[in-house]
Amino acid sequence: MTELPSTYFKYPFRRPGMDHERYVYSNLFKRKPVEWPDRARVALWIMPTLESFPLDMAPKGVKPPGGLERPYPDYWNYTLRDYGNRVGFARLFRALEERNLKASVAMSSRLAERYPHVLQEVNRLGFELVGHGIDMNHIHATGVSREDEQEWVRRSISTLRKLSGQPVKGWYSPAYSESHDTLDLVAAQDCEYVCDWVNDDMPYRIETKAGPIHAMPHAYEISDLQIFHFYKYKPTHFVEQVMDHFDLLYREAANSGGRIVALSLRPWISGVPHRIAAIEQALDRIQCHGGVWSATGTDILAAWKAQQ
Amino acid sequence: MRAEDPGLYDYLPYYDRPKIAWPNGARIAFWCAPNIEHYELDPPLNPSRTPWPRPVPDVLHYAWRDYGNRAGIWRMMATMDRYGVRGSISLNVAVCDHFPEIATACRERGWEFFSHGVYNTRYTYNMTEDQERAFIEDVKASIRKWSGQELSGWLAPALTLTERTMDLLAEARITYTLDLFHDDQPLPVNVRKGRLISVPYSLEINDFTTLFQGNCTPRDYTDAIKAQFDRLYMEGAEGGRVMCLPLHPFLIGQPHRMKQFEEALDYITSHDKVWLATGREIANHYLTHCYDAFAAAIAARKKG
Repeated sequence: MTELPSTYFKYPFRRPGMDHERYVYSNLFKRKPVEWPDRARVALWIMPTLESFPLDMAPKGVKPPGGLERPYPDYWNYTLRDYGNRVGFARLFRALEERNLKASVAMSSRLAERYPHVLQEVNRLGFELVGHGIDMNHIHATGVSREDEQEWVRRSISTLRKLSGQPVKGWYSPAYSESHDTLDLVAAQDCEYVCDWVNDDMPYRIETKAGPIHAMPHAYEISDLQIFHFYKYKPTHFVEQVMDHFDLLYREAANSGGRIVALSLRPWISGVPHRIAAIEQALDRIQCHGGVWSATGTDILAAWKAQQ
Repeated sequence: MRAEDPGLYDYLPYYDRPKIAWPNGARIAFWCAPNIEHYELDPPLNPSRTPWPRPVPDVLHYAWRDYGNRAGIWRMMATMDRYGVRGSISLNVAVCDHFPEIATACRERGWEFFSHGVYNTRYTYNMTEDQERAFIEDVKASIRKWSGQELSGWLAPALTLTERTMDLLAEARITYTLDLFHDDQPLPVNVRKGRLISVPYSLEINDFTTLFQGNCTPRDYTDAIKAQFDRLYMEGAEGGRVMCLPLHPFLIGQPHRMKQFEEALDYITSHDKVWLATGREIANHYLTHCYDAFAAAIAARKKG
């Protein structure tokens, strides 16, 4: 048996607040209620996430969900993911367009370079672009040198900015993975929000070496990744759970102020023929309600910030 | 040397044992155990277990758990208040230091504080006897400081134990353990010195093993809770049973699961012969009224 050192019983961060300096503790129900435009109860924030998985994927360290894990050349998984960026996204975008919904689209910068049509569609539909790294073979995590990571952040965001003409103010790390430096590096690129912190239903402020940035809520538990890919639930379960989520927040908004319903959707999961109807059904049922504000992350954050 | 069995309890036939009579003729003692936890972003390493699935900082998993303390616990509390269900909190005691607001709200409700260690990222594995003894005393002092209560119950942090844990709990005058899943009633635990009982907790209808591990949808989960209740309630006619509903605010406190939690509590509290208890109340009742009879029955069987 290995004896534990005495330091195992020291608790240097056992104090009021968090065990790090990034953000302060805050009880969701003790905050100043916010009011959304037109007194909407819920901001509907849809985030299609378009990920590029290269065929020569050799993931060291953190394995991204959906990553290619069969021996090279893994055509099986490569083409299933690529399907999302060729067919699935189009199906998903059409569902949003038909419903006149806004979206924030997280996109690997390699995809923007490789499939210019996808980027054109994002712009045509007036969707907001969110930085999502270079591709799913560049996972931001401890073990990547600071210089490399800095370059990944800079390159992925500047590529999206250059090719789209959009300001790109949001960041979502591939696979929700960060190193200790990621937030500092992302803030240094003039990003205003990040989507990796799934600990809240509302925005909150995060401190970085490059000034404050804001965490935007990301309802991870009702993302298609969690519901379909990990939990392997059926499309009907997706509708049930998204609606239960929506109903509760919609009800809560009556007393606690505007809430956010964030839907995180990957076209390789949600954009397949047998699941798309469930996505559409959830959107239709949400849109049946009065007081739903379809907005981008930037819109939501601006409205929230204006009331702090 | 490793043993064939834990040696912590003796065999006792399920349908042939002393009868437990709960207060007011209740068939079932129902108790709800929210696990109020904090997982450190960058904990020291224990050679037997890696704290996070990803390299530190594991932002995804850290934040997922942090949701419970920012949002989930407050929703749970409001729902439990509505149904008159008190919590017995499985507490990482450092939560009180980090988020005193949570400790205060639990204390004000008269909830029981029991131990789930200091952090859910500090494991009992590899502690020496002296280290573990000091660890238990540290937790006891924190519980006393934040709740005014004498610690009665113990669920090992992240369910990590040593072979000495039960002996040391008894030595520290802790009365019940929740780490044994061998029965639906409290039972004596064999310890070196003193007296310790096991009180049923649950890994079967725990939101962690069901919802988190993806084994059932929220609706399936409510069905499982109801089925568990129905069977124990039925059996309770021939001797009191215990049903624990162990929960995690970061799981059950998610918006899409609150309706299911409400439905479960509504169902359980709509029955007559239910004792809405705390872990300590169950343990004390058993120790006062049942322990001796159970100990005698076990001793008689051992003699043959």
